[in-house]
Amino acid sequence: MELPPYATLGQKIWHYAFYVICGLIFLFLITPILIIAPLSFNAEPYFSFTEGMLGFDKEAYSTRWYQDIFTNGMANPDQPTSWALFREWLWMALSPMHTAPDSFYTDTWENAQWVRAMKNSFFIGFFATLIATALGTLAAVGLSRSEMPYRGAIMSLLISPLIVPLVITAAGMFYFYSQVGLSQTYTGVILAHAALGTPFVIITVTATLVGFDKSLVRAGASMGAGPARTFWKIQMPLILPGVVSGALFAFITSFDEVVAVLFLAGPEHRTIPRQMYSGIREQISPTILAVATILVIISILLLVTMELLRRRGERLRGIRN
Amino acid sequence: MTEASYQATSFPASPTDAQGALLAADGTPLKLKLRQSMRASRMRAFGLVLPLLIFVLASFVIPILVLLWQGVYNGTYENDMPRSAPIMRAWDGASPPSEAMAEAMVLDMVDARKAKTIGKVATRVNRELSGTRSLFTKSARRAAKMEAPYLAALEKADKDWADLETWRAIKIAATSLTPAFYAAAVDAKYTADGAFEMQSEERRIHVNLFIKTMLVSGAVMLACLLLGYPVAYLLAHLPMKTSNLLMILVLLPFWTSLLVRTTAWIAMLQSQGVLNDIFVWIGITSDDSRFSLIYNMTGTLIAMTHILLPFMILPIYSVMRAIPPSHVRAAKSLGATNWTAFWRVYFPATIPGIGAGGLLVFILSIGYYITPALVGGQDGQLISNFIAYHMQRSLNWSLAAALGGILLVIVLILYWLYDRIVGIDNMKLG
Repeated sequence: MELPPYATLGQKIWHYAFYVICGLIFLFLITPILIIAPLSFNAEPYFSFTEGMLGFDKEAYSTRWYQDIFTNGMANPDQPTSWALFREWLWMALSPMHTAPDSFYTDTWENAQWVRAMKNSFFIGFFATLIATALGTLAAVGLSRSEMPYRGAIMSLLISPLIVPLVITAAGMFYFYSQVGLSQTYTGVILAHAALGTPFVIITVTATLVGFDKSLVRAGASMGAGPARTFWKIQMPLILPGVVSGALFAFITSFDEVVAVLFLAGPEHRTIPRQMYSGIREQISPTILAVATILVIISILLLVTMELLRRRGERLRGIRN
Repeated sequence: MTEASYQATSFPASPTDAQGALLAADGTPLKLKLRQSMRASRMRAFGLVLPLLIFVLASFVIPILVLLWQGVYNGTYENDMPRSAPIMRAWDGASPPSEAMAEAMVLDMVDARKAKTIGKVATRVNRELSGTRSLFTKSARRAAKMEAPYLAALEKADKDWADLETWRAIKIAATSLTPAFYAAAVDAKYTADGAFEMQSEERRIHVNLFIKTMLVSGAVMLACLLLGYPVAYLLAHLPMKTSNLLMILVLLPFWTSLLVRTTAWIAMLQSQGVLNDIFVWIGITSDDSRFSLIYNMTGTLIAMTHILLPFMILPIYSVMRAIPPSHVRAAKSLGATNWTAFWRVYFPATIPGIGAGGLLVFILSIGYYITPALVGGQDGQLISNFIAYHMQRSLNWSLAAALGGILLVIVLILYWLYDRIVGIDNMKLG
């Protein structure tokens, strides 16, 4: 990308113009994601910058929308709050008797819409990821064996949840699951999300298995280890980065999925994206921006985790840049 | 040591059977043994895949097949009007309605009203001929009091029963296995004589919708290519350290929730939004004539391009990284200008990446639902939104299934192409 010293004026102009164009595209990619953070601290119930915000007036900024995340939907939001009360509540809630006192925090935990949505998201995401990762890893190990019959056809079938339009998937599941009594249940949503997450697990785990040295397994077997033992002791540690990143993908898929939830979930199974969806459609309040900001921070953390995993995986398999 | 003595001291000769084929230690032919062991290892590999295969079949494939079956099979009339259905099917559709048809109709209507299924039946027939819904519910209320001759009684209750078109519509509805819904999905009408005719001009919405969806997907793909190619080029030609850093700017949107990005675009594009504020501030437009950038097609296009751009950049980038820089240098040393070297040497080498990214973006955008639903407004709705509408609002599941079936076929063809050109194995994430 360096400009040679003999470059003509035209080449120089093109060279810098190219940088400017790329800069603008990066701006297009990143601005919308970064802009929501300052907007979420708006003191007014608007989606846009107010005069005060642009003038860096302290009064124009507030954390009220972040508080709203925890209070919206509460039965009695006027109960006293303090750090000591919170500690007491947490202590009691975590105690084996689960005898949390009837306080502000119990109310938040039980009734606040976003908190309930968060609990649902994590609950559904956890089980969907568990199913997708367990089944997907097993299948990827099988698929990457050269003796696997009908490999191509089965692979395309197992990847297809990624390709088939979500509306068709969700409509089909809605129709079928309601006939077998799974619609409007956690199980239905979990099964749907697990099916949508498996392709990611297969792709990432197969990718780590590409560089896998089979003689390691044979070496283990020659020393008397059974198939289960060679899998857990030799293969698993080596493909673990792929498994973990596949699991992360599966989790984020479930955590971000809204079409299947729209079709399959009842009002008490609302997840965060579902809550955002109705928030955008019904009343646009900056609470959505506050939630969005938190989600962006979570995705930054996930991104860093993935990058670290990738590096670790490449180091373990002896691939160097 | 002679040849013979060597043989004598070496391993015993391998056991063979009468035909001279090699035998394994336990006496079975080696060939058979080998086949058995290959079979066992194939079964083991298959056994590992089997749990997921069953899971995906049960939770994903079968539901879709069951739904698609609804597109060609709608048993509403047959189930709820059991006497009338076979008679209606046997009717030729041209001769005047018989007393037997009317009798079965009245008796079924009485039962259906009791079972509270008459509304479903009326809706089903109404899809074939609009206006028949009230005819059915009204006549069903009076059916209990009707007496023979039933045909006259029906006609007395509502003169539409004298109309042959009504009976024809019922004949279509009485046939459970029907191409009527697929016909409706391509804006045709399936008639009682088994012919197809096109809908009147102003009622042709689905074909236009499919074309619109394809055009939007094409436009998004093109926009992604135009924006993604330079970025991929830059990333591929910067030193690894810098490009990894810049890659974060591509991957962060990729990892950010779809709804977060859609929300962000609402904040950016709405009439009081960031972009319009900037336009007003610069003076491109005045405060009272702000651009409407969202809740229309523009909003859908911008948001979809932003959401799908990483899917274009990543495959092109990985292809570009693999192109040896010596190729372009060689072209230049042979006298090519910068442009010729790029266009004749570099660009053709990146086509696999463009194909992979383009197909992926096209496949994903053709089935897009959430973004058009949230920022599309009236004219930004795509085929997916119609499927969801028929699934959830109009409850015309058979039409939804037929529209979905067509969409699925388009996507599967593209998927097959993707597999042929790129290979599913080469699908990479992040």
